Amino acid sequence: MNVIIVGCGNVGYALVERLSDEKHNVVVIDKDKKKVDLITDEQDVLGVVGDGINYQVLLKAGIKHTDLLIAVTESDEQNLLCCVMAKRSDKYCRTVARVRNPVYNTETSYLRRELGLALIINPELIAAAEIARKFQYPDSIQVDTFTRGRIELFHLELKEGNPLIGMSVGTIINHFKCHVLICAVQRGRKALIPEFKTMLTEGDELILSATPKDANTFFKRTEINKHPLKSAMIVGGGTIGFYLAYRLSETGVRTKIIESDAERCDFLNERIPKATVINGDGSDEKLLIREGIGGVGAFAALTGIDEENVLLSLFARRVSHANIMTKLRGLNYTDIMERKQLENTIFPGVMTADYIVKYARSMSGSREGNIENIFTLSKSKAKAMEYFIVKPGRATGVPISQLKLKEGIIICSITRNEKLIVPGGRDEMRVGDNVLILTMGEIYNDIEDIVEA
Amino acid sequence: MNLRIVRYITGWVIIFEGAFLLFPLITGLCYREYEICKVFALVILICVVCGMLLKGIRRRDLGELYIREGFACVSLSWIALGIFGALPFFISGEIPDYIDAVFEVISGLTTTGASILSDVECLSRASMFWRCFTHWIGGMGVFVFIMAILPMAGARNINLMKAESPGPSVSKFVPKMKDTAKLLYAIYIVITVVCIVSYLLSGMTVYEALTLSFGTVGTGGFGLYNDSMASFTPLQINLMTFFMIISGINYSVYFCIAVFNFKEIFSFEEVRYYLLIILASIVLIAKDILPMYGKINVAFRHSAFQVASIITTSGFSTADFDKWPELSKGIIVLLMIVGACAGSTGGGLKVSRVLILMKGVGREIQSIIHPQRVRKLYLDREPLSDETLRSTNAYAAIYAVILVASALLIAPDGLGLTSNLTAVLATLNNIGPGLKAVGPTQNFGIYSSFSKCVLIFDMLAGRLELFPILILLLPSCWRKY
Repeated sequence: MNVIIVGCGNVGYALVERLSDEKHNVVVIDKDKKKVDLITDEQDVLGVVGDGINYQVLLKAGIKHTDLLIAVTESDEQNLLCCVMAKRSDKYCRTVARVRNPVYNTETSYLRRELGLALIINPELIAAAEIARKFQYPDSIQVDTFTRGRIELFHLELKEGNPLIGMSVGTIINHFKCHVLICAVQRGRKALIPEFKTMLTEGDELILSATPKDANTFFKRTEINKHPLKSAMIVGGGTIGFYLAYRLSETGVRTKIIESDAERCDFLNERIPKATVINGDGSDEKLLIREGIGGVGAFAALTGIDEENVLLSLFARRVSHANIMTKLRGLNYTDIMERKQLENTIFPGVMTADYIVKYARSMSGSREGNIENIFTLSKSKAKAMEYFIVKPGRATGVPISQLKLKEGIIICSITRNEKLIVPGGRDEMRVGDNVLILTMGEIYNDIEDIVEA
Repeated sequence: MNLRIVRYITGWVIIFEGAFLLFPLITGLCYREYEICKVFALVILICVVCGMLLKGIRRRDLGELYIREGFACVSLSWIALGIFGALPFFISGEIPDYIDAVFEVISGLTTTGASILSDVECLSRASMFWRCFTHWIGGMGVFVFIMAILPMAGARNINLMKAESPGPSVSKFVPKMKDTAKLLYAIYIVITVVCIVSYLLSGMTVYEALTLSFGTVGTGGFGLYNDSMASFTPLQINLMTFFMIISGINYSVYFCIAVFNFKEIFSFEEVRYYLLIILASIVLIAKDILPMYGKINVAFRHSAFQVASIITTSGFSTADFDKWPELSKGIIVLLMIVGACAGSTGGGLKVSRVLILMKGVGREIQSIIHPQRVRKLYLDREPLSDETLRSTNAYAAIYAVILVASALLIAPDGLGLTSNLTAVLATLNNIGPGLKAVGPTQNFGIYSSFSKCVLIFDMLAGRLELFPILILLLPSCWRKY
């Protein structure tokens, strides 16, 4: 696959490294000649010095034969414009833009549709979601994200003492009244399509899909999550801090943000009324203790300075039993960090790169098919696959009950116009839908292949 | 320095040389020269065994290939190529002195074409083929070839390419090094095949067409006969002129043609100046030598052939230009220094370097009048970076130092300043013939063994563009940290 990456920052570099390793032909564009030279010395890629929104520069980078353009410069507007330029010069080129300004956050899907982008990625949002997930769910629940973060697939084992044991699927649905879809029950080596009367027994593995918010309610009501997160302290009210505080306080966690900039505090208070905003220096130990760091359930060090985050986390570790998350920007000295001093670290740049690479990977496989995402669920061979239906075929336009599905295939969910549909027998798949299916290990490259010929 | 990877790569290069030696072996079989075939078979065996031993049979962790390992790999491999490539001549007794044999092979590999043989016609066909084939191998470069076919993982292979490919900066055509290498060889092979076919059509024998094509496209210059090219027909000579000029052009131009990007072709400033220099020199020399040859077409043919041969640093000759008037000789010596385009198979200082130097000089002079004026230099419509400018200036300085030092080192042989200077120029720029004692009708056999070693060094330094070979002399290059 031919890939153009515009912008050689942290994310750009991580992307180049990963994509080049996966044998893609990568061209990088950056205004700074030094950055381009550095990257072409280290990686087997072609460098072009210039502005990514300049048509001549794009031509020089070979936009005419490019399958994927990823714009990750500092400026959101430049990224969007760059993608539009690319799309205009080659309509088969898929484009990915990094857009981090929260102003655009609500418009993402509109922007994406209208500007013809394949993916708009907000690194801070992804990082915040990842932190929230680590804070809120115990390790026994494995989470995979589908349909660009809108749907999460939960994979949990029913161990002894789990409140769901002995209930039937019907009871769970009626009793807890949550918008959660039980996609499959895996018992031994067999996967069952759950019906109303299916009884859950110890040792079963459940695969659920839901939006993050519904999932949280579900886990709380069912008391699967025995120690749900009740309080969290965030130092640094930057973009990640903002998203994280928003997400946590929305799901009912008492959240405290410590931010030194008064103006920013006003903004945070306005946007997240449920959270407690404290205007103060996060590196002030007394302040942290006064605000109750000793009893907090989760602590996130999200200031802009790596060193400060590391020290804050070490301090939090000493004075509390909180679940600690440290944000780091640079990849230097990771060896030292890994020496178990820090429990959880998060690199937003690397995470963004991984996210885009995951997309690119599913895209390069989708040359002939239309598979978007693929995950192997741990402990079982089951695989979850996501498809985006591009054109009508034998699987579309027919009610699911009339489809002759191959053995072991479960259609988990259909996402249409950003809405989650729990597919019943009468529902059908349409062009433009995102479909999530579960198999017992087989991989189907195209949604067509799940139907018997 | 990480010696493990240097050994590994050098080992592979020697094995590849064994593979290249199959071609003269086949030639020998075709011409029923069984005695020399035995020698070649033996040398192939030596190459494969030594290569295997050097690279190690077990797969081990090789470590990283940083720029200094890359440079060292390339220089050491080229030296190894010379040492092993000389074995057939030495073992068969065709060149009894080992240093002479190394000189001959290095001269072939670096596409110099300077010979120590006074009578080349007595060589066997197989040896002659090997002698010419080294031009073709060395023309595009051994590492480009290896990179195109060996699955060498790692992004840092560009460090090998940097050391081997000519020009002030390396440019890739496509993102992947391997694909770039494949494209370069594809272009190279296409030009070679077209050249061979044209020679055949012009009436050369298969053997002549093959061997001379290697010399032409690789811009080498080993002739088949003692009088170099003088015995060929005017048509054949004009064809050769054409193909030499073609081979001296930056290969990026051919890549642009191959992908139908015709607009880009005109942005190569270097190529424009290259063609301009050729044209001007041809006219000037033709006018100068007209009285010698009488007919205008003959004068132009000799002038064009000699200009093309010298500027592309091939070094074929149709006439003894040592006997030409002083102006013509002066132009020829200047052309020797200028050399061909960067990114071609030719040697010399390279037209682009000369351009950069001239532009830099122009800016310096202007800065006397407007000391505070800010002015960026452009090449091919792109701004020139300060590093390129700096390294080009350094290159020119080192070039001059090596030139003078080498001329001094070979001076004790007592051959006179013109001979010595042009001998060094001819080897450092990978041309072949110089003036006076090393003129087109003479050879390098007159020099002592020590002088030959100096000239071997010059040839390698010129082909690898000074830096890779020079860093081998630095003690800090060999230290661990």
